[in-house]
Parts: sequence; structure tokens; C-alpha cells
Amino acid sequence: MAHAPREIIIAKNLGFQYVGARKAAIQGIDLSIRENEFILLTGPSGCGKTSLCRCLNGLIPNFYQGEWTGELLVDGLSVTTQLTSELSRKVGYVFQNPENQLFALTVEKDIAFGPENLGLSRQEIRQRVDEAMNVTGTLPLKDLAPYELSGGQQQRVALAGVLAMKPSVIVLDEPTSFLDPRTAEEIMRATDDLRRELGLTIVVVEHRLDLVSRYAERIIVMDGGKIVADGDLEETLDEKFDLLQGLGVGVPRVSLLWTMLRRDGLVSGKVPTHLESAAASLQGMMNQ
Amino acid sequence: MITLDRVSYTYRSGQRALTDIDLNLEGGDFIAIMGENGAGKTTLAKHLNGLLKPSQGRVLVDGEDTRKASVAKLSRKVGLVFQNPDHLLFSETVRDEVAFGLKNFGFAPDVVDKQVERTLEALGLSEYTDTSPFLLSGGERKRVALAAILATEPDYLILDEPTIGQDYQQKERLRNFILQLYSQGKAVVMITHDVEFVAESNPKVILLSQGRIVARGPADSVLSKDELVKKASLVRPQMSRLFSELTNYGFPSDVIDVHRARLLLEEKLSEAKVRVAQNS
Amino acid sequence: MVIAVLVPALLFANIYVMIILLLSQLPLLLVGKVARRWALSLRAGVFLSALIFVVNLFTGSYLSAIALTLRFLVLLTSFSLFFMTTSPDDLGLALDRIGAIRWLSRRWLGYPNALSFTFTTAVRLVPTLAVDAQTVVDAQRSRGLELDKGNLLKRVRNYIPILIPLLLIAIRRSLELAEALESRGFPGKEGRTSLFQLKFRPVDYAIIALSVVAIAGSFWVFFHYKIPVL
Repeated sequence: MAHAPREIIIAKNLGFQYVGARKAAIQGIDLSIRENEFILLTGPSGCGKTSLCRCLNGLIPNFYQGEWTGELLVDGLSVTTQLTSELSRKVGYVFQNPENQLFALTVEKDIAFGPENLGLSRQEIRQRVDEAMNVTGTLPLKDLAPYELSGGQQQRVALAGVLAMKPSVIVLDEPTSFLDPRTAEEIMRATDDLRRELGLTIVVVEHRLDLVSRYAERIIVMDGGKIVADGDLEETLDEKFDLLQGLGVGVPRVSLLWTMLRRDGLVSGKVPTHLESAAASLQGMMNQ
Repeated sequence: MITLDRVSYTYRSGQRALTDIDLNLEGGDFIAIMGENGAGKTTLAKHLNGLLKPSQGRVLVDGEDTRKASVAKLSRKVGLVFQNPDHLLFSETVRDEVAFGLKNFGFAPDVVDKQVERTLEALGLSEYTDTSPFLLSGGERKRVALAAILATEPDYLILDEPTIGQDYQQKERLRNFILQLYSQGKAVVMITHDVEFVAESNPKVILLSQGRIVARGPADSVLSKDELVKKASLVRPQMSRLFSELTNYGFPSDVIDVHRARLLLEEKLSEAKVRVAQNS
Repeated sequence: MVIAVLVPALLFANIYVMIILLLSQLPLLLVGKVARRWALSLRAGVFLSALIFVVNLFTGSYLSAIALTLRFLVLLTSFSLFFMTTSPDDLGLALDRIGAIRWLSRRWLGYPNALSFTFTTAVRLVPTLAVDAQTVVDAQRSRGLELDKGNLLKRVRNYIPILIPLLLIAIRRSLELAEALESRGFPGKEGRTSLFQLKFRPVDYAIIALSVVAIAGSFWVFFHYKIPVL
């Protein structure tokens, strides 16, 4: 019998209200995330997804001031007692805008930035930078300036910069918003590949479920600062489809199609979450 | 009508951004200009209101050559909504922001007030009339920027990447709003790489790649062709890719919209059901 | 090395000296491959040069006017050369090692590398903000803003719709960058290492030696001889 992977993120009644805000951005969050999971975090605009992500790496409460309630443990560290610089060793954050996270004159210097901050030996930094560039395919870009790169390349470099910190969790907050569809799919695939190769835990915030449904096994849906659904992606889409539609979540097109057909009694069985499973299910239905 | 007649554009650095663009735009048109980042979409948009003048060829807006008209004058007819609303917003209140364009064009104060009120209501922003635009959320700021351009009622509206960062509901509202606009006789041009949004809105699609138009036509015919879509660094809509797996069941190859997909599948599946019932 | 040029330039007002200083910098311009950009910066300096010339024509002889104008050009060239050939990163690394700056940084901002980092980041953001500035101008022109019309007062007021968005964008960008950097451990503890280091090469030592000689020589000449303008 295999051991269940350890819990890497534990939240108990987590809540936060920004200074000057009329109400809490997130409240009553209870969460347990296990190592190596690929989690899709979604919900309508303003539901608190980004705020929750900020808690995971300590930007809340260190960078953003406000009132904190509850507990949050990330890879053994309590977020409230650690500085962001400590938490950055455990949790990497990739932001929505590729341009504003890179700043150095060359890609190589940018990727080195994180490990430099950790006060590691020059040798160790060199090694980490080379590894990160290899694993993200950014080695050919190493002497280019960040502003010379395409959006997709920039996000890869951002990922490399994060990986050089050797975190156990990576949070990606709408990382493909500014990317064209082809590049968006590549980045998502690369993220999943890294998860498998390096045993990382991945949390992706995304409105367009189509992009992530192939890789995410678990979905967490938020609304009004609270978690309203949390579970296996397939099951949640199957059982709580109307809830998701009602919230305005961008459900996968194939799931929408299947649900409509199922309602008319033309198909039966679980709602497929992505292209391949939908095709297989439909072929199954047609061959009957 | 806006006409682009063999328009080419080269930057001062010598880089060629557009080559041989021929395009006509009239009231009632709904067009999506798509292509990879750097394909020239925004450069093309800036030619429509005179911000950029063609290096070769010419752009005519209602008969007027853009090289001979000022941007201010052309902006009365051509409204260009930039991608990032923060490049526009500077006023103390939403009302002042929306009134800015109207005042620049010399409208009388009472007309300005009325137009501001009407536009804010149409976009669901009335409650924020006296709020500072900087206190609003990202999506709301995008709507304020849209209101600011729409207030002067341009005949041609150009939206640069209006769906980025928006959630599904916000996109639905945008789609309905665009529908209203072009059915009222305006021309709406949307620069976007949101393939699913285009698949559900069914505009005419112009595919730009490396400064040239590589395809134009109804969305379902352009977006269902793999080679074209690849050139523009796009992907085919989910429905198109799904139906590629189902070709041996006799489905057409240009399905991109969920609702049409459903109808087609309903037909085939009902037939299958009947056959099963008959055989048993 | 800039100092080596600066000192004689400021100490003397002799035309020949100025010409020599100017010419001595030309080979450096070629080595640094910045000759073209220097020519452009000279063009920008034409107005100011003419002003200096005219003013000095009235307050002194025409010879002194020539000398002082030349001095301006020498200084302009010298500074341009410095900034065009030094990358902000190298500048940052250099600043980082200066003890005085580290001490100041620690007292004001809490971390020894904060001050030099602030400087280099500001420099890096300049081209990005330039692009933003152009976009803001484009966006506001598309709303009917005409920047070249109206009396002086109106023209100044017309810059408000340009400056406010630009300011806010700069602030937002900085905040987003700060967030991203903090997420990667900045500013780190006391022991922050740099992957790259400025190394002194033999050429550097030679230049330093030459500069010291030139500076010392200039002072000695200044105190011992009176050099007229021509």
C-alpha cells in the first residue's frame, strides 16, 4: 500500500482583509494540498483567488498590509512568522504580466537573481542557473535582454528564475493571459512536465479551464472570498456543473457540450474534462 | 467606409511591419483581426485613426486620406480603445474621464452631460459616476476606458485585446454589447487572440502573419484550417479539434461553435438511438 | 578616467588644452563604438553650446567664449562616453562595492545593496517607460487631445493627461516589480552574493595610472604657471 503524499499546504480558517477594504478578500479558507498535486484555482473576478495565492508565498501579510485570521502552513513554515524571503525558498510565484517580473539586463542575470539573494556560494548559484535554464529550455536565450523576448519566452524565463530557488510549490497566477493560444498551451504543458520531473506541487489560477483541464486533477472554486467547491476535477465538473456555469466560470467547451447532450438524454456517463476524453466518450456513444 | 489601399508600413528602424494590406470596413461589419504577437495587428489599428501614416499606399476614412487629416479629426469617427486602460485614465471622477473626449471635440456642456450619463448607463457604470477611476477594479477600469471612447459615438470602433484578463461573465457582457453596436450600424473591429471568444461570436476573421494578410473569411472557415491557424500562432477552437476526431462519422469540418456542434451531434445521436431501437 | 578629463577641463580655460582634450577622447569613442550616438548627443547640445558662446561673448573676449564653449563640449563628451559605455549593471556592481554607499544604504534603507539596486533599476526602467509614454500620447491623441495647439498655458495643461497616467503606470510597474523581486527573496540577508564580478584587467590599471598622472600634472601646472586663454 502506497503512502499518501504529505500535506504540503495546510490552511485553517484562513482569512484576510486588506487595509481600507470594506470586506474581507478571503475568509474561512480550509485547505489541504498534497505534494505533487496539480491544482486549478478558479472563480469569477474578485473572488479572492489572487489574494489566496499571495498568502501562499507570504506577499500577504508582508507586502500587503491588513488583518490576518487563521493559520497557514506551507512546507512546514508558518506564513505569519516568516519573511517572504524565507518563504521564497519554498514557494515560487509566476505573475500574470511577463514583462514586469523580469528586470535584469540579460536572461542569465535575471535567473541568477533569486539564488543570489539566498547568499549561496558562487558555484552553487552557477549550478542552479544552468540547471534552471536547461530544464526550461531557456539556455539559448541566456545573453538576450528580457525586453527582447516574446511573451512566451519571458514566462519561461520567469519560470526558470523561480525554479532556481528550488521551491517545492509553484503558484502561477493567470500566467497565460498575455500569451497567444499556442504559447499558452506550451507553457501549461511545460509546467506539468516540470511538475512530474521535479516532484513539484502546482497551483494555477485560470479563467479558461480549457487550457488547464488536461493537466489539473483537482479544482478549487472560489466565490466572494470563500471556497465553494473543492475536489477532483472530473467529479466536480460532473456533479457541480450548474454551480460552475452559474458563477460564470469558463467551463471546458467539451464539458458544456456533453452536459447539454446528456440533459437531452442522448449521451450518458461522466462529463469529460478535456478534448481527448471527450472524443473517446463521443466515439463510444456513436458506436453503440 | 474605411479603405486600406495596398498599405505598407516600415518603422524608422527599417523593420517592415505591414505589407500590402487591402481592407474595407463599413457600418454593420464585425471583424476580428488575429495573428501572432508582433504580426502587425496593433500597427494596423493605428493606421485606422491616423496615429500612423502608411509608408506606401493610403488609408481613406469616409473618403478622407489619413495623411491629410489630423488624428483629432479622425478620432471623431474612429474610436480606438487601447488594451491597457491605465494608459488613458487620468481624471478625478469617472464622469470627467468620459467627458474628456467630448470636450476635446467641442461639444456643448449640456450635450456633454447627457452623453456621459447615457454612456455610463449603457455600460452599467452609473453607480461609479463620481468615483475616482483609480479606485475601480481592473475590469471596471476597462469598461470606463471603453465608455470614454464610446461617448463620442464614433462610427468605427476598434478594440485592442478587449478580453484579456476578463472572466467568462465579463466576456459574455462584452459580446452582447458588441452585438448591439454593430446591429446599430457601427463597424466593430476587434484585435484579439482569444480563439474561443471569436468562435462564439462569429465575426469575419482576418488573419495577419508577419505583416501580411494570410487569410480572410467567416470565422468557421478560417479557424478550422490547421495550416492557417498555426501560421498565426493560434490554435483551432476546441469544437474544431473535437470534430477532427469524429470525421469518420460524416461531420462537416468547419464546426467551431458549441451550439452548432450540439445540433449536429443531436442529429447523429438521435439517428443512432433510432437504429439501436430498430435493431433490438 | 572621467575625472582625468574633468579636472584639466575645469582648471584651465586655454583653447589648445580644450582641443587636445576633445581630440584625445575621439579614439575612445571609436573603441567604445559609440561615435554615432555621441554625434547625436552633440546635436542635442548645440543649443546650449550656442547659448554659452553668446553669453560669454558679452561678458568676456571672443577667445574666452570659444574656450568655454569647447570646455562644455569636452564635458559633454566625457559624460556621454561614460554613460554610453558603462552598462547599468556594471555600474550597480561598482556602486555595490563602494563602502560609503553600502553604509548609507544600510542606514537609510536597511540593506547594504538597496541603494545601488535602486539606481540600476531606475536606469533599466527608463526605456520601458519611454515606450509607455509613447503609448499614453497615442491613447490620448486618439481621444482628441492636441498637444501642439493653443497658447502656452493650454499646452502645459495638455500635458496633464500624459503625465498622470504615466506616473501611475510607473508606480504600478514598480510595485509589480517589487512584488516579483520580493517573491524571489529580495533583499535577502546580509550575505548576498553576485554571480558576476567586476574584475580589474591590466588595461584598467594602466588607465588609472595615466589618469592619476594627468590629474596630478594638471594641478601642478595650475599652481605653478599662469596659462592664458590662447
